[in-house]
Amino acid sequence: MRRLALFAALFAAFTASAQDKVLRVVPHSNLNILDPIWTTQYMARNHGYMVYDTLFGTDEKNRIQPQMVEKWSESPDHRLWTFTLRPGLAFHDARPVTGEDVVASLERWGKRDAMGQKLMTFVERMDAPSPNSFRIFLREACGFVLEALGKPSSNVPFIMPKRVAETPADKQIDDATGSGPYIFAKEDFKPGDKAVYIKNTKYVPRQEPPSGTAGGKQVYMDRVEWNLALRDAQAQVNALARGEIDVIEQPAFESYPALQADKNVQVVNSNPLGFQYMCRFNHLHAPFNNQKVRQAALAAMTQEPFLRAQVGIKEFYRSCASMFTCNTPYGSAKGSDIQSKSNIKKAQELLKTSGYDGTPVVIMKPTDLAAIQKLPDVAAQLLRQAGFKVDLQAMDWNTVVTRRAKKDPPAQGGWNIFCTAWVAPDIWNPLANPAVGALGEKSWFGWPSDAELEKLRDQFARETDEPKKKALAESIQTRAFEIATHAPLGEFIEPLAARRNVTGFVTGPGNLYWNIKKN
Amino acid sequence: MPVLLVVAVLVFALLRLAPGDPAAIMAGDAATAEQIASIRAGLGLDRPIVVQFGIWLGKVLSGDLGESFYFRIKVATLIGQRLEPTFALAALTMLLAVLVSVPLGVLAAWRQGGWLDRALMGFSVLGFSIPVFVLAYLLIWLFSLELGWLPVQGYARIAEGVGPFLRHLVLPATTLSVIYIALIARVTRASVLEALGEDYIRTARAKGLPELRVLVRHALANAAVPIATVIGIGVAILIGGVVVTESVYAIPGLGRLTVDAVLARDFPTIQGVILFFSVVYVLVNLLIDLSYVLLDPRIRY
Repeated sequence: MRRLALFAALFAAFTASAQDKVLRVVPHSNLNILDPIWTTQYMARNHGYMVYDTLFGTDEKNRIQPQMVEKWSESPDHRLWTFTLRPGLAFHDARPVTGEDVVASLERWGKRDAMGQKLMTFVERMDAPSPNSFRIFLREACGFVLEALGKPSSNVPFIMPKRVAETPADKQIDDATGSGPYIFAKEDFKPGDKAVYIKNTKYVPRQEPPSGTAGGKQVYMDRVEWNLALRDAQAQVNALARGEIDVIEQPAFESYPALQADKNVQVVNSNPLGFQYMCRFNHLHAPFNNQKVRQAALAAMTQEPFLRAQVGIKEFYRSCASMFTCNTPYGSAKGSDIQSKSNIKKAQELLKTSGYDGTPVVIMKPTDLAAIQKLPDVAAQLLRQAGFKVDLQAMDWNTVVTRRAKKDPPAQGGWNIFCTAWVAPDIWNPLANPAVGALGEKSWFGWPSDAELEKLRDQFARETDEPKKKALAESIQTRAFEIATHAPLGEFIEPLAARRNVTGFVTGPGNLYWNIKKN
Repeated sequence: MPVLLVVAVLVFALLRLAPGDPAAIMAGDAATAEQIASIRAGLGLDRPIVVQFGIWLGKVLSGDLGESFYFRIKVATLIGQRLEPTFALAALTMLLAVLVSVPLGVLAAWRQGGWLDRALMGFSVLGFSIPVFVLAYLLIWLFSLELGWLPVQGYARIAEGVGPFLRHLVLPATTLSVIYIALIARVTRASVLEALGEDYIRTARAKGLPELRVLVRHALANAAVPIATVIGIGVAILIGGVVVTESVYAIPGLGRLTVDAVLARDFPTIQGVILFFSVVYVLVNLLIDLSYVLLDPRIRY
């Protein structure tokens, strides 16, 4: 019966008239994994936002707002959380969304996502006392339950049917049934060619206006098509100019002048918080197993040269002294002087007193990832000026991500520095930000080890008072700068480009396709 | 068969020895080393290479090219999805190239040293030298952006109608055919020029045969073997060499599939596609060899 309902919905969508409103989008990358819990890839996350719904969302002002949840309560000791789902929620196969689906989804998410894993260390159990409610029992109070449930970026706790969510967390799901605003047309999915999403006509949006990943997800398009074949930057610009496509999610930086000159094209910044670049030090091996050497490198790596080389367009980048993204609740310059008020001369002085023995610094440079490929060149130059010996090694991105997982010394296939970029919500608090984790070899690549930093993060996780959390976030950042976990390299935006007849873009961490109209 | 076995061993060994781990890409940027290791185990990449090769070869021998690490779709299905665009592009390209280059080559040989011959030689140098993507952008700028006659990108399957199919393929096929026009025209010119100096041509002319008949029936027919060889090799190279054109024109063909698979280290897909290319290459070479019998009755196997 459920399959029949799903088939009927898809059939109705497929046989809709030629007047269907179709939004033709060039996404920022290829869609090759359809499980947004199994991977942290942003394309899988964006696919998730099309197909699935979330318990909570994060609005444009970075506040957590209810989405599938109608109301919730918290016991006075903060250990029992009770949630009621809003009426009318249904999966694409017409089955209602229940508390059991939610519990199964959260359990699977809690095994994969870093913040989910942290939350689960506090969770004693979860249950569904009635079909439209669920409860979370905590062993002890923690201060990030809603932040975790409403986190807007990878891994987002999307709600799946229980039968799908019971897939082991280390195995990909096969079934894309969700309860979100669009239905994934599996039959039309041609890997590397196109992915198609059909409007879920049964979706009941919230009544609030859309804001970030929160608010009403009103769908005005009948169909959204992701063009996965159109990867060439110039071809994307040409296709948009001709009206063969409606949206380019992330044009190349060098394409903006042409796009801004086209009267039929608009450039829209739907992600004002943007992204942050960073270079990561490998704390396991010389020379960066020496805190003073890391501090010297951090002092050399002032942000402006990186931003100017990589982004180039002044209005698209800004220096930011915060490791947790500027203009967010935990965004602060506290403790950043070692980098933000530094220069090459200071870096040279620090290096002289550090005991650096001339060990070459192996920097991995991905040649096939235009979005970050200039960062290693700038890092190499700045470090050389500071007095480091640098071994800049070119490779493709796949080799970088493979090699950065190796804990071997650089001379045996390991590394000293790699650079990457994060979307703001992935790093905007001390629990989500993987670069400030300091659990040694259990940490994110680079493996810093620092008991004091971990103690502060643990206090942050337990704290429920917001002003105290902010103070703790500042202490965490100060300590992270002190031990030089990594070098934040400033922030940038990458506005989307769209035809002028497309309106209603929602602000968010990724590209969200509700509220969009095409005239 | 031995050729395919050698290809299979080489491709498998090269992929496993080259740096790069599909599990690391699949896991995403925030994944931990443990999560990557778990994915690697799930893909069977933690087993000894010999065991992995044995499993894959066993499947291939039973007609199964394996399953893509990423899409978890049979590699044969992925190839099937991409076959039509690539073959359509290759066929149209070679059709265009042959229709233009062979007559041009014959005419250039016939009027050796004349303006047509010089123009053709000049065009050949240009055709060989100009990068495919530059030509592609120039054609798009003129025919799509300025004149608005043809689409900038994309592919329409032949099932959607011959009109849209051709509209989408004209520019990519023209782009790709230029280098083949240059190559085939030069080979045709050289071969026909050689034939035109033979005694039987003088005899044909002495008999009073019309010049067109001399050129086509006697000169071109006797020059056909090297021309067919070049066309055949061109077809084989085209099948695997359309990557740039497919990228610029956003054609979801085998070239793009190969590049995507290589960048993502999707081992089963790379192995399957290269094995498929090898089969095509062997078949095309076989057809070329067989065509010699038709083109030159003196050749017998």
